Amino acid sequence: MGEYGLNLLPVGKAAEVVRIQAGELIRNRLLDLGLVPGTIVEAVRKNPAGDPVAYKIRGALIALRSEESRLVTVRPVE
Amino acid sequence: MGGTSSYPGVFVFLDELKRDVGRKADAVIALGGNPNTGKSTLFNALTGLNQHTGNWPGKTVVLAKGTYRHRGKEITVVDLPGTYSLLANSADEQVARDFICFGNPDATVVVADATCLERNLNLVLQVMEITPKTVLCVNLADEAARKKIKINYGKLRELLGIPVVPTVARDKTGLEELKNILDQVIFSEMKQLQPRPPVYDEEIEAALAQLQAEVEDLCQGKLNSRWVALRLLDGDPALLNNICHYLQRTGQNGRPSPAEVWRRVNYGQRHLGREIQ
Repeated sequence: MGEYGLNLLPVGKAAEVVRIQAGELIRNRLLDLGLVPGTIVEAVRKNPAGDPVAYKIRGALIALRSEESRLVTVRPVE
Repeated sequence: MGGTSSYPGVFVFLDELKRDVGRKADAVIALGGNPNTGKSTLFNALTGLNQHTGNWPGKTVVLAKGTYRHRGKEITVVDLPGTYSLLANSADEQVARDFICFGNPDATVVVADATCLERNLNLVLQVMEITPKTVLCVNLADEAARKKIKINYGKLRELLGIPVVPTVARDKTGLEELKNILDQVIFSEMKQLQPRPPVYDEEIEAALAQLQAEVEDLCQGKLNSRWVALRLLDGDPALLNNICHYLQRTGQNGRPSPAEVWRRVNYGQRHLGREIQ
């Protein structure tokens, strides 16, 4: 219900991490960056070319390419 | 120079370190932490000009070593690469992890950023899983205060069970306290040191307990058997190679063969599989 890839999160909006669908290596890396299920992520700004996008994750600004961010499933939050 | 050389770089580095500091240093501490936490600023503040950098053999990872004197003792500090994790996705992480677990430092300091403490605690817990002699240094305390972030250090100490020291490495605030605490951790069995590493789900804990019992004698007290059991469940081949090397180097009798270690791993993994089904 209303779940989508983090890469589709519009700038200025926030969403909650539901799960990560990636191989072990990338999954570990994304978890290490703080993308644990339940985490609130906000898309802060976008490269003019569209990629990468800077996300606010647990107090830090982290840029992700859509190759990685699409592996993170999120759901909208109020 | 491949990472899969039969003699892992970590041991070349450790031999060198032992030669370098063996005679004069009273203790070796490792400095770890996430990137951009002011770890190297702290390293510089601690060691001043008494430092030099070198390469980790076989990998393009730069490591700095330095020394400081405190209460008449000479302490060697190894500045590890900044990492988010010790689960070794990159060369940096592998170097940091190998040093903490095989370098057998007398204490490990994890430097955390006070302005986003939460995201630093992942690494703190990972280090605590390897070694009980962990000290948390909460750096950039001034910036956090400016951002109106209040940190309950007492609570943090209580929850983690390790010493927690707030610092501002830039102007050396908290450095004396850090040195004093390290002195206690290293030289006088610190009573308040009761780390509380993470506890996992029942299924994992059950498999862990069984695997830990299997590897206990292999570890011979040289490595933390719970941590080894955890990594065996991960099945990281590079680490398993290093564990075998390490145990073969240090073991006097009954050196385990890699095949023997694998036999025990498979046993633990089969057990875990059963529990989950």
